[in-house]
Amino acid sequence: MSSTPESRVKTAIPAQILPQASDGVQTDLPAVKLKATGINFFYGAFQALFDVSIEFFENRITALIGPSGCGKSTFIRNLNRINETIRGARCEGEILLDGENILGIDVTQLRRRVGMVFQRPNPFPKSIFDNVAYGVKINGLARGKRALEETVEKSLRRAALWDEVKDQLHKSAYALSGGQQQRLCIARALAVDPQVLLLDEPCSALDPIATGKIEDLLFTLKDQCTIVIVTHNMQQAGRVSDYTGFFLLGRLIEFNKTGVIFRTPAQKETEDYITGRFG
Amino acid sequence: MSAPASIGVTERKPDGLFLQRLKGGDPIAHAITWLAAASVLLVTVWLVAQLWMQSTPAIHAFGFGFLWSSEWDPNAEKFGALPFIYGTLVTSALALAISVPLGVGAAIFLSELAQPGLSAVLTFLVELLAAVPSVIFGLLAIFTLVPLVRDVIGPALDKTSGVFPFFAGPSYGVGVLTAGLILAVMTFPFVISISREALLAVPREQREAALALGATKWEATWDAIIPFARLGILGSIFLSLARALGETMAVTMVIGNDPKITPSLLAPGYTIASVIANEFTEATSNLHLASLILLGLVLFLITIIINAGARLLILATTRQGSAT
Ligand SMILES: Nc1ncnc2c1ncn2[C@@H]1O[C@H](COP(=O)(O)OP(=O)(O)OP(=O)(O)O)[C@@H](O)[C@H]1O
Ligand SMILES: [Mg+2]
Repeated sequence: MSSTPESRVKTAIPAQILPQASDGVQTDLPAVKLKATGINFFYGAFQALFDVSIEFFENRITALIGPSGCGKSTFIRNLNRINETIRGARCEGEILLDGENILGIDVTQLRRRVGMVFQRPNPFPKSIFDNVAYGVKINGLARGKRALEETVEKSLRRAALWDEVKDQLHKSAYALSGGQQQRLCIARALAVDPQVLLLDEPCSALDPIATGKIEDLLFTLKDQCTIVIVTHNMQQAGRVSDYTGFFLLGRLIEFNKTGVIFRTPAQKETEDYITGRFG
Repeated sequence: MSAPASIGVTERKPDGLFLQRLKGGDPIAHAITWLAAASVLLVTVWLVAQLWMQSTPAIHAFGFGFLWSSEWDPNAEKFGALPFIYGTLVTSALALAISVPLGVGAAIFLSELAQPGLSAVLTFLVELLAAVPSVIFGLLAIFTLVPLVRDVIGPALDKTSGVFPFFAGPSYGVGVLTAGLILAVMTFPFVISISREALLAVPREQREAALALGATKWEATWDAIIPFARLGILGSIFLSLARALGETMAVTMVIGNDPKITPSLLAPGYTIASVIANEFTEATSNLHLASLILLGLVLFLITIIINAGARLLILATTRQGSAT
């Protein structure tokens, strides 16, 4: 583990991260699904991200951790270009989805492929059914009523919500509890069959039981998509993720396999943070 | 929690200053606000009671027939409300049919699409427009709308009268259409400024939720922002309706003041508020006066019915899944 100043400034991705022959077990390399290089991000004159480079691997869960205000949300909001809707915001650098620059992809297509679940549950003021069906409808993904119903049911099942709501699909989404609303938002995002799922602190408003359900869910979703999850909860990052990136003051300080980050972090700041010495 | 500290705070009371005690005077505040609230009820009851008592001669003379009689002849002591109810409802409906789509559209532009600078300037103008006294709008209507309707809009619409009977006949310039148009102009700023506020109050997350699912900007506005703001938008519509129903000055100046029910919007008409304003000071007989006051009661009831309808509508839409 090299912690020379150069390696820290140039790139935060150490070579050891890729599975190597010495690993023995893991022979094939996980494909890179999403790759960000040299991201600088500005809210007007305020720079929120500094030269962030990171790769997200297919069918893996990557956790992004770091103290409040370090730019985690800002970073993942660049991955589906939702930051473009903020006035005066500017993003430099390159982001590739399956090797293709996301700026070259039609933005509605990009967002269908890269789904997002927000920190606070934000269902539409519509029925449960219509919430899940919305993305399917606007993207024209289901032919006919039957197909739409099937997609809605499948998505609600994948989000572990079906059993709780199957008899009240036409009730308002606002009648659900916070945890149910968040799972509804996950179902809504899953309904359009995204290849990448970005979750911005999806459990911050939830109790441990609801959190557990969502974590279980992530494991089952992993087979079908690439997951990036922002979390403040170290245990959660340790439990669910394969890789972990640590952000501090707009920089990606360290990125590695989760086990490495939590057991033998290369950087002093990372160690301080995960052992709870600050943040 | 350190209990001794908090006890210390409450014990620091006796300064003896009356004003300081008053500031923290819960019972006094309670009494004052209670009085303020009670006065609302008092005024309403007093209003209805007065209207009812003053109009008893007319109620006795005509009963419910007052509502559907269309004869208004002070010389023959014959009074009926129908032409005025008709004129009031038609001018208001016409006004809203124009000002609601335009106003909501403008509000969407101001809150969602316009550059912040432009939006601020336009919003300021809209607010200014909302504060213009109605007699000024009346003058504006006389000098601009009346000739416009008489010479341009009227003849043009008359050509379509084969298809639409409500545009048939000669156009004098003054009439129901002109009144509806000026009411549209007057309610427009209300629709804009209240709808705009409702749209601005929609949380960012709603728009982002739609965008993140692959919605276009317009889809996000239409499917996420507007439904979320619909209560506020409805509110703007009902406030405008209330203003249109009760507007007196500007309407009187351009409607032609003729108590007739004609299908043509180009023909003159009359509204409840206008006839009260026009005839009240000249009413000689008791029955005439009582009939005018009864008209006032009818107008009051119309606004109450419409407001109750609005409440029910809002209740119904909230039930099946709204934000608030
Ligand atoms: N819309 C905005 N306009 C201006 N500055 C912003 C905006 N959003 C975030 N910032 C700033 O950018 C920095 C990074 O914010 P960001 O929300 O990405 O942090 P975060 O790591 O997600 O924090 P948290 O864990 O609290 O969610 C902060 O300093 C914040 O104040
Ligand atoms: Mg955040």
